[in-house]
Amino acid sequence: MKLLFGRPSGLTEIKQRYCPGCGHGIVHRIIGELLVEMNIREKAIGIAPVGCSVFADEYFNCDMIQVPHGRAPAVATGIKRARPDCFVFSYQGDGDLAAIGTAETIHAAARNENITIIFINNAIYGMTGGQLAPTTLPGMRSTTSVKGRDVVKQGYPIRVCELLNGLDGPYYLERVAVDTPKNIIKTKKAIKTAFQYQLDNKGFSLIEVLSMCPTGWGVTPIQAKKWIAEVMAKYYPMGEFRNRAKEVK
Amino acid sequence: MAEKELMYGNHALVEGVIYAGCRFFAGYPITPQNEVPEYMSIRMNEVGGVFLQTESELAAINMLFGAASAGARAMTSSSSPGISLMQEGLSYIAGADVPVLVANIVRGGPGLGNIAPAQSDYFQSVKSGGHGDYHTIVLAPNSVQELFEFPKLAFELAEKYRNPALLLADGLLGQMMEPVEIKGEPVDPKSLPEQDWWLTGCKGRERRVIRSYDLRPGKLEEWNWRRWEKYQTIIKNEQRYEGIKIDDAEIIIVAYGTSSRVAEAGLRIAREKGIKVGLLRPITLWPFPADIISELSKRIENFLVIEMSLGQMIEDVKLAIEGRSKVHFIGHPGGGLPNAQEVYNKIVEIRGKK
Ligand SMILES: Cc1ncc(C[n+]2csc(CCOP(=O)(O)OP(=O)(O)O)c2C)c(N)n1
Ligand code: SF4
Repeated sequence: MKLLFGRPSGLTEIKQRYCPGCGHGIVHRIIGELLVEMNIREKAIGIAPVGCSVFADEYFNCDMIQVPHGRAPAVATGIKRARPDCFVFSYQGDGDLAAIGTAETIHAAARNENITIIFINNAIYGMTGGQLAPTTLPGMRSTTSVKGRDVVKQGYPIRVCELLNGLDGPYYLERVAVDTPKNIIKTKKAIKTAFQYQLDNKGFSLIEVLSMCPTGWGVTPIQAKKWIAEVMAKYYPMGEFRNRAKEVK
Repeated sequence: MAEKELMYGNHALVEGVIYAGCRFFAGYPITPQNEVPEYMSIRMNEVGGVFLQTESELAAINMLFGAASAGARAMTSSSSPGISLMQEGLSYIAGADVPVLVANIVRGGPGLGNIAPAQSDYFQSVKSGGHGDYHTIVLAPNSVQELFEFPKLAFELAEKYRNPALLLADGLLGQMMEPVEIKGEPVDPKSLPEQDWWLTGCKGRERRVIRSYDLRPGKLEEWNWRRWEKYQTIIKNEQRYEGIKIDDAEIIIVAYGTSSRVAEAGLRIAREKGIKVGLLRPITLWPFPADIISELSKRIENFLVIEMSLGQMIEDVKLAIEGRSKVHFIGHPGGGLPNAQEVYNKIVEIRGKK
C-alpha cells in the first residue's frame, strides 16, 4: 500500500500534548515538513520556549535546546554566531516573545541576526491557564481580566510585526494565520521563505502566526477558528510587513 | 621561554580568556570591568572570534547558553548588579549541564552600591545565586598573573564537569598593573574535540536535546541526585588553596582575593614581631577548601577571617571548623578596604585574649 499522508520525518514519533483544535500542532507540522523538504533537518538547531510549546524539544526531529522564558532570540544569537553553518530557529508564544522577551526580540531584530523566529500569537497565556497576554485584545476576557481587557487599566495590546517594522534591522516580517486550509498554505509559504532567507544569509525573519487556543479562550475549536477570522485578524491584519528582498528591486 | 609583560588586570583577564581558546564573548558595560568588553572587542576581532555588546546581561548570559551548547568556549564578564541579572540564565545553564565562564569584577552593594572593590557577592557566587539546587565552580584570583591564568583552568574545570564556572575578582585587581608571565601553550579552539552533547545539527547521528527540565514524576529528583554526585566529586577533587607559613602558625588567617594580599601584608608585620601567623588563601571558593581548614582546626585555636563584606565566607570557615576553634573577623562591607596595620592590630588583640 502506498502511504499518501503521514507524519513528516521532521517530527519525532512522540505524541503531542496540545489540546484539540490548538494551532501549535499545525505549525509544528509545517515546520516538520519544511525541515525535510528543504533538506535542513540535519543542520537545524531548534529552540523551544517556555509556554505550551515547551515540549517542542521533544517534537522536532532535530537538535533542540529548551531555554528560559523569553530569551530564545539571545540563545539563537549565541548558537548562530558560534556555528554560522547551522540553521537556527526559535518557536515562541506571545507571552514568551512579547512580554518577558520583548528586549531580546527587538534587539535580535535590530541586529538583523541571521535567525528565524516563529511567533505563535494566540492572544493569551495558554500554559499558565489563560491569563492576559501582551497580545490580548481590548475587551477580551482572560483569567486576569475577567470583565475583558480594560485598556485604561491594562494598556493596549502590542502588535509585534508593526513594532518590529519600525526598525531598520529585520529582513522579513509577515503575519499569517492557521484558521483555514488556505491560510495554512500561506503560513507554510511564509515560513519557507523565512527559512530560505536564513539559508541565503539575509538575516532576521519573524513569522507571526495567529493561532487558536480554544482552551485559553474557553470556546470550541470551531468557534476559535471563527474568532480568528472575525475578530483577531481585524486587530492583527495579515500580510507581509517587510521583505527587503523586494525593496532591493 | 616565558615572557613577562606589564598588564592591567582587566586586560590580563582578556588575554587569559583568549589564551584559553575562548572565541565567544557577549557582555554589557558596567564599571569597574568596562576595560574587559572594550579590550575584548579589539582582541576578538584580531583573533577572529565573536564579540557582542548586548542589550542586557540577561541577553549576554543566554547568548553564552546558546554558544556553549553549540560547542564554543564562551565567556562574559560583568560586575555585581549585572551578575544578579545573569542568575536566571546561570540556573538554566547549570540545570542543563553546560560549561560557560562568567567573570564578576565585584563592586560594593547591595543595589547600585558603588564602584569600589568589594567581596560581597560571595554568597551569590558559591551558594547558587539563581533558583534551584545547583553550584557553580568559583575561582578567586588575587593577582594580575592569576587573572591571566585562571580562565584556562576555569574552562578546563567547567568542561570536565559540564558546569558553569565563575571568576570572582574585584575592581582593585581589575584596575591594577603587575607583571604577567605568559606561561603554557595557547589553546587552539579548533583542536578541542567535539563533545557528544554539543548541538551541531544531527547529520549522521541521533538528534540531541539540551534541557533543564523533566516533568516526569520522580525523574527530576533522580536527575538532581546525579548532579549532586557530580558536585561531591568536584568537592572531593578540586579544593584549591594557597598556604603561606601555615606549618608553624599559631593563628591562621583565612582570606581570598584582594583581602588575602592585605592579609599577607599584615602577616609579614606580625612575623617581624615574632608572632607566628599563617595565611590560608582559598583559590576555589566553591568547592570551598574545607578539608584543610578542618584539619588545621585540630591544632589551631584561633582563626581570623578577613573579607570585604559583612561576613559571608566566614560561614563556610565556621562550618569547616565545626566549633573546634575560635573564629575572629575583620569585615569591610560596601566597598571598604582592610589594611595591613588593622590586620596586625587584630592579631595582637586575638593573642591578648589568650
Ligand atoms: C521567568 C518565568 N516567569 C513566568 C513563567 C511562567 N510561565 C510559563 S508559560 C507562561 C506564558 C506563556 O505564554 P505564551 O508564550 O503566550 O505561550 P502559550 O502558553 O500561549 O503557548 C508563563 C508566564 C516562567 N516559566 N518563567
Ligand atoms: S492551552 Fe491553548 S495554546 Fe496551550 S495547548 Fe491548549 S489550546 Fe494550545
